[in-house]
Amino acid sequence: MSLLSAESLTKSFGGVVAVNEVSFAVQEGEILALIGPNGAGKTTCFNLISGLLPPTAGRLTFAGHDITRQPPYSRARLGLARTFQNIQLFGGMSVVENVLAGMHLHQEVGPLAALFPGRRVRRAEARQRQRARELLELVGLAHRAELPADTLAYGEQRRLEIARALAQEPRLLLLDEPAAGLNPRETEDLMALLEKLGGLGITLFLIEHDMTLVMALSRRILVLDQGRLIAHGSPREIRQNPRVIAAYLGEEAGAGGEGRGL
Amino acid sequence: MTAYLLHLAILTGIHIILAVSLNLIIGYAGQVSLGHAAFYGIGAYVSALLALHLGLPFPACMAAAGLAAGFCGLGLGLPTLRLKEDYLAIVTLGFGVIVDLILLNLEITGGPDGLVGIPAPVIFGLSFRPQPRFLALTVLLTLLVLTLAAALVRSYHGRALRAIRDHETTAQVLGINTPAYKIAVFTLAAALAGLAGSLYAHYITFINPESFGLHTSILVLSMVILGGMGSLAGSVAGAVILTVLPELFRQFKDYQDLAYGALLVTLLIFRPQGLLGGGQLSLKFLRKGEEGRG
Repeated sequence: MSLLSAESLTKSFGGVVAVNEVSFAVQEGEILALIGPNGAGKTTCFNLISGLLPPTAGRLTFAGHDITRQPPYSRARLGLARTFQNIQLFGGMSVVENVLAGMHLHQEVGPLAALFPGRRVRRAEARQRQRARELLELVGLAHRAELPADTLAYGEQRRLEIARALAQEPRLLLLDEPAAGLNPRETEDLMALLEKLGGLGITLFLIEHDMTLVMALSRRILVLDQGRLIAHGSPREIRQNPRVIAAYLGEEAGAGGEGRGL
Repeated sequence: MTAYLLHLAILTGIHIILAVSLNLIIGYAGQVSLGHAAFYGIGAYVSALLALHLGLPFPACMAAAGLAAGFCGLGLGLPTLRLKEDYLAIVTLGFGVIVDLILLNLEITGGPDGLVGIPAPVIFGLSFRPQPRFLALTVLLTLLVLTLAAALVRSYHGRALRAIRDHETTAQVLGINTPAYKIAVFTLAAALAGLAGSLYAHYITFINPESFGLHTSILVLSMVILGGMGSLAGSVAGAVILTVLPELFRQFKDYQDLAYGALLVTLLIFRPQGLLGGGQLSLKFLRKGEEGRG
């Protein structure tokens, strides 16, 4: 059975249909990419999956539960995590605290017991901090742990968001343009990190414009254009699909050639 | 003179409880509440009425005051705090006005004259009518409230609240049940304000609606903003300053609201985080001492 499935997922804003009867399934353990020209409805799709927007129609199933009408925090409880295209860190907190916030659902002490800071609570907190440091180590931010999150460089903020999402111990991680704004070296590091996560058994579903990254990482690709799913298949199939080429070339011509070749 | 200083100290303690509880809503959960004095008033009246009419002992009156105010907070928070948009400000503002009008017009609350002859607290046969004893009681309660608030903001709940304040939707994505957190903290803060009201009623022994109107809500809000939102030490400082300063400038009483307004505007321009914003009430200096000895 698939981990996540969408059936005829639809979202319209007034007269504009941003996501139009989209159906797909994400299998446990795979790395799947969602691509498409700007404005195709990719982020809207992610917002529907994570529960930030209610769908106009359609059904979402995650880990055997119908999550179509569930709030984001219930979906997180089932093992759904995401990062944002426009980074959403808690700027007033330190780097390590951002990761700790991601562990909210994995507390060893009960909600009331947490108010009586005895040895048990302090030890639980220490273990969590240790775990948070390991995650920061994994994304290469251990040396920044105590800094305010909003003082990090752009690429570091992207990695911190991934660490925070990993702190949720997700079954499915949605990554919305993780390579956006990264330089080539940072993109390479990101690719290695994502490969490592895939190896750990975390299912990854990513929106990405960097085709080198998409083609190298994902086993399957979904292509969205003007709210509709126009193709899905292996990287090779997608590269040769005439509808995909047309969608991208059309956009390139319209947008003055941003240079996002397949 | 001593009596006057004791009086100021007791009022300061009550104001600290009010400011700290409001800071939990505004500074930590990031929700705007403009009717904190209403919960203070509900606590005061409930406690006074139970003592006057049913002759209940002070601890029972105080517990009932906290429960009643907390219950009102829950009733107000449930419908408004589920929404992501900021309706709480307008709802609490309206609630403050409604409570004020109810206190002014009900027969049982004594209308504008209020209630008189509220008995001083008696606990286990010990009367707290003498001011030094009442101060001790106030200090004890204030410390309890501060300890609870400090434990709350330092636990993972505190982190969840700050996450809600910074980015509510992101907090939800991380699995934080934001409506439950906002409602819980609002209810707790209302209950604490109710306790403060009970303390005030049994101290001053006569109450009328004047003490629990919009003016008081704004005074408490000023304490929180002056001291710094999200800083417990700041709320303590804000409460001390805004209780003592007005006394020093008594002769300018008519200009008090003007002065608060000017103070807030100046602060928002020059130090928007408040005097101690970002700083935390911490017992670290004590712990350091322990470590030094150990």
